[in-house]
Formats: sequence, structure tokens, C-alpha cells
Amino acid sequence: MDFALTPEQEELRGQARSFLEQTPEPSWQQLAELGWTGVSVPEEAGGAGLGFLEEAILHEALGRALHHGPFFSTMALTLPALPPELQAEVAAGEASWTLSTGSLVPDLDTAARVAVVAGDGVWELEGAERQVLATTDETRPLGRLAGGAAIRRLAGPEVLPEIRRRGRAALALEACGVARRALELGVEHASTREQFGKPIGIYQAISHPLADTFAEVELARSLSLWAAWCVAEGDGQAETACAAAKAYAAEAAVAACERSIQVHGGTGFTWEHVLHRLYKRALWIEAYDRSAGALRAEVAAALLD
Amino acid sequence: MDLRDTSGEAEFRAGLRAWLAANLTGELQGLRGGARRFEELGREWSRKLYDAGYIGLTWPKEHGGQGAPYSHQAIFLEEMARAEAPGHIGVIGLGMAGPTIIVHGTEAQKGRYLANILSADEIWCQGFSEPGAGSDLAAVRCGAELRGDRFVVNGQKVWSSYAQIADFCILVTRSDPASQGHKGLTYLIADMRAPGVEVRGLRQITGEAEFNEIFFTDVEVPAENVLGEIGGGWQVAMTTLLHERGTMGFSLTAVLEVSLRKLIALARERGAGAVQRDRIAQLWIELQALRYTNYRALSQLLKTGTPGPEGSVSKLVWSEANQRLTKLALELLGPEAPLFEDDAPCGGFWQYHQLRSRGNTIEAGTSEVLRNIVAERVLGLPRGR
Repeated sequence: MDFALTPEQEELRGQARSFLEQTPEPSWQQLAELGWTGVSVPEEAGGAGLGFLEEAILHEALGRALHHGPFFSTMALTLPALPPELQAEVAAGEASWTLSTGSLVPDLDTAARVAVVAGDGVWELEGAERQVLATTDETRPLGRLAGGAAIRRLAGPEVLPEIRRRGRAALALEACGVARRALELGVEHASTREQFGKPIGIYQAISHPLADTFAEVELARSLSLWAAWCVAEGDGQAETACAAAKAYAAEAAVAACERSIQVHGGTGFTWEHVLHRLYKRALWIEAYDRSAGALRAEVAAALLD
Repeated sequence: MDLRDTSGEAEFRAGLRAWLAANLTGELQGLRGGARRFEELGREWSRKLYDAGYIGLTWPKEHGGQGAPYSHQAIFLEEMARAEAPGHIGVIGLGMAGPTIIVHGTEAQKGRYLANILSADEIWCQGFSEPGAGSDLAAVRCGAELRGDRFVVNGQKVWSSYAQIADFCILVTRSDPASQGHKGLTYLIADMRAPGVEVRGLRQITGEAEFNEIFFTDVEVPAENVLGEIGGGWQVAMTTLLHERGTMGFSLTAVLEVSLRKLIALARERGAGAVQRDRIAQLWIELQALRYTNYRALSQLLKTGTPGPEGSVSKLVWSEANQRLTKLALELLGPEAPLFEDDAPCGGFWQYHQLRSRGNTIEAGTSEVLRNIVAERVLGLPRGR
């Protein structure tokens, strides 16, 4: 039993974080140059041939950075449906994708191409009209598709469970990145902001909610890495693990942001501060592909029925 | 990262399972520390575990341990809890006194005490808390006056498990009556059979007397029984508490797993509504989160030699999850929830454990103290005191 990232994985994590601090709004081409768009693409298709765990590390870093781009939609949602030659285009940075599984589609403003889940599998959709909708999280708008023609069948319905699991695990890790940053901002503010002549962090009414956030962030991270490992290994528990991780991590991220906003007082309520953007991403994650309550109903069914 | 057992771990786990299947009798299964029957059977059971090589797994071989990797200790705790096997009766000696003696003890002390801790020939208890010193351990008043080659101890200790059967006590005393706080404390090994030691059972919320009060009246303790330095008791006590919290995660999680399995069986038998199903799922998710957080903490410990910050939250989260789990079970029992002991469903298992769970957020560091520790030592927030 070994639940530690390898030195290479730790290095990737550190690199991702420092790159995104210096380049907060990287282009798809820049991500491709770093090898990120090919991270989990097999070597024979021009990728790095690493596993979903490495991809998961990038989702965590991009969540923390509130990345505005089609990485989640391409890598987590669409990649399993793409044949090798189209995966190679993704790895090379020549194509990005999003996937329509229902009425609201993420990343229609940034994804180059569109796939759609239809009756007998996943199809490429061409010529559809894209309607990008106003979305509270401006860095990941939702939209609708109208018309268009299904020009080729990309994969059969057997890829859908894999897509569901990858999407949930990826969002769980994004949520971990969001929650951690909200916690760090809260700790920093509580350590420096003085009222009544003292830093407010000495008051337990301030410090204990932050301690609770720390506990939840650590638990969320354990669940999310477990889920990512299950996906990478095709483990039999993957379905439940991904539902569990997304349910817990999304709620933890929402709570982390809410506590941090409260700790920040009026500042946390302003448009100028980054917290509201983290909060909106957390709420987005919580809502996409089933809220925590609905996911827990899935878990309960697996346990009780 | 690989969450499967290594071949060595799998072999150890399989061996232990087979041993438990052959040796764990129905009479022993499910016995808990406070139950009287366990005091009678506990020493024999502990000796059996010791003879089979399952005790002191991570202790160095020179002190009678197995020198095995920490992962084997984790597997041991998991499998024991899953089989509902009672633990070694000398938990205070094994988990607290022994490791502290290994770190701070003289060669003579190591030679005298360690082997008998492992074999359960001698049982230990802990004399830390006092009526006036709970979370604030540095407020202890129990006095130890050095007179020639011995200390004379006067004072009172409380919340001491196993004191009624203990041979020795790890005792934090104030040896300098003029001192305050962390200074002037001395850590003693006290003989519980010495004249002037009186133990009174402390009946608790469950009706059982799991804890005791200990009264010391002019009790003589030889000066050679100091652990560490005279006046240096605080540092020694911190070693003890580090071990108390350090090895706890795996057994706590495994206990929660057993309870959750019973809760799921109860929910299937009696039926659960949507709200209750949601809470069962949440508890299951938290259990997995605790389990993998323990694994992550263990991997960190093995890699770097120091525990990572992720482990500090285990007991905090576990205690509150256990309170919610046991209360949910009572809810499933409906109007039968107030029944007790043999008149209650499942022989009163749920009533006992729900009441007992209220202690979980108090013992071994209250939740408030644990949140302070996370805030100050892990997050680096400014200290209020």
C-alpha cells in the first residue's frame, strides 16, 4: 500500500502551480507546449503516455487557477470517445473539444469542436449554432447547441461510464484546488487583519471554521486521489469512488469559500476580491453532473439496495 | 501510488485473518475495554496475541518488538477491528508508556518494563488529567516532593482507564511547588500497589465504570523511577501524547467501519427513508475519506519519517462522524431507541455506543483543543494564548 505521489508526480504538481502563477491565462497552445493536452494520451498517439493520476494533478492546479479554457471538457469529458488520430490532434494542441451530454454544455466559448452523446454513442457535431449563456462562473460558461449535423460516430455507448467517472474525478480535484486556495486566502487575512488591536485569527470564532476547512480539504483530497487512482487502474470501485469524491469535494469547496468570505468580512463580498470567483467555480462544480445530494443517492443505492 | 497491498502486506494480512479465524472465540468477539468480563479474559487473550507475534509490531527488536513496517501495524488494527477482536488489554502500556520509555527511559528502565508490557504481564494506566487540569495539562497540581532518594506524591488524578487493574502508572507531577505551567513538572513511573494509592471507579454516562479516579496519599516513588529529567516532565508528556494520537487513526477508522456495516444491516432490516439514506451515504463517504487520509498520512510518515499535517484531523473528524452514526442508528430504532441493555434491539449495542460516543469529542484532546492545534500548528494562525 502506497498512497504517496511519486517524485515525478510531485514535480509535475509543483511545475503546474508555478507556471499558472506566472501565466494565469494560458492559451490552449501553451498548454500543449507543456505537454498537458497530451498528458494521458498514449505515446503511440503522440501523447506523454502517463495516466489519469497525472491528468488529475493538472485538473487540481487548473481549478486552483480558475482556468478559463476547454481543458476539463476536452481531457475529462471527450478524450475517451476520440479515436487515436483525433487524440493526437489534441496532444499536439491542434484541437480542443467539448461534449454535450444533455441540455447545458460547458466551454462552448473556447472549445474548437463539439461532440454529442446520441442514442448509440458519441458523435462529432458540425455546424451547430452555439448559444453561450450568461453563467455566474464567467470562467466556465454553460451554453446550448441548436441544429448541426452529426458527421461521424466517434465511439459507442460503452465509453459513457468512463466519461462520467473521469468528469467527476476531474471536478473533484478541481474542487480541491479551489478549496485550498480559499483556505489559504482566509488564513492570510485572519493572520494580518487586525481588529480590537489584535489579528482576528486569535479568535476561535475565526480560527475554528478555518480548521474545519483544513480537515475537509484534506479529506476531499484523499477521496479525490483515490477516485483518480481507481479511474487510472480501472478499479472495480471506480464508479462509487468518483461519485463519493465529487459529492464530498464539491461541498467542501463551497463551504471553504463561504467560510473564507465570512472571515474576510466586507472585503470578501466585493467583486474586486478573487473569492467570489472561487466561490462561483465551487458552485458550478457542485451543480455539474449531479449535485452532492443526488450523488449520495447513488452511493446509498449501491450500499443499501 | 498503489492502493493495493504489497505481496508482503497481503501475506501478513492473510496470516492474521487465518490466525483470528482459528483463535477468536465467540466469547471474546465484540468485548469492549470497559466490560468486566474482558478483565478476566483480556490477559489471556493479550498473551495469545503476543505469543503469535502480533504485539509490538513496530517496536525495535532489541526491546522485544517485531521491527516490522508501520503498514503491518495498520493492517493489524484494521483486521482486528473488522473481526471485532478485543485489543491487547495493556493499551496504555503499549501505545503510551512503552513508546515513551523507549524514547526517554534509562537502559535499566527499558530492561525492567518493556518486555512485560508486550506480554501483558504488567498493565499500565495514565495519570495525566486532574480535576483542575483537563485540556490545560500544564495546570497539574499533584505534588511530588523529593526527600533523599525518593519522591513523596500527594494529589489526585482522574479519567484513568484500567487503573483498577494496573500495576504501574505514568504519572505527571509537579515537583517544584513554586513553579507554574510547563516548568517544574516531573514524569514518574508509579507502582499502583504502593501504600497510599487508592483507586475509585468513576461511573460514566453509559453506566459502566471504564475510568477511575486515583488518589495518592504520601505515596513513595523511588527517584530512579523518574522518566527523563527532574523538572523536564512536560517534554516527556508530549512524547506520550504524540504517540496517543499518532497510532490511533487506523483503529478508529476500522471501528467506524464495523459500526457502519451494522448500521447498513439495520437500515436494510428496518427500512430507511430518503433523508436517512442520504446520511448513511455521507457517513460511508466520510469513512472512505478517513481511511485514505490515514493511508496518505502513513505513506508520508514512511517517506519522510515525520507525520504530515493530513493526519492531525483524523480523530477530530472520526469522533464527530461516530456521534452522527450512532445517533442515526437510534433514529432507525424508532420508539425502541430508549430501551437499554438486553431489553433493547441488538443487546443494547446502539444505546451503549451512542452514549459512549459523547466522550469521543472530549477524550484524547477535546475537539476544541484539536481545532486550536490545527489552527496554530498546521495553519500557522496567531496564537490566542
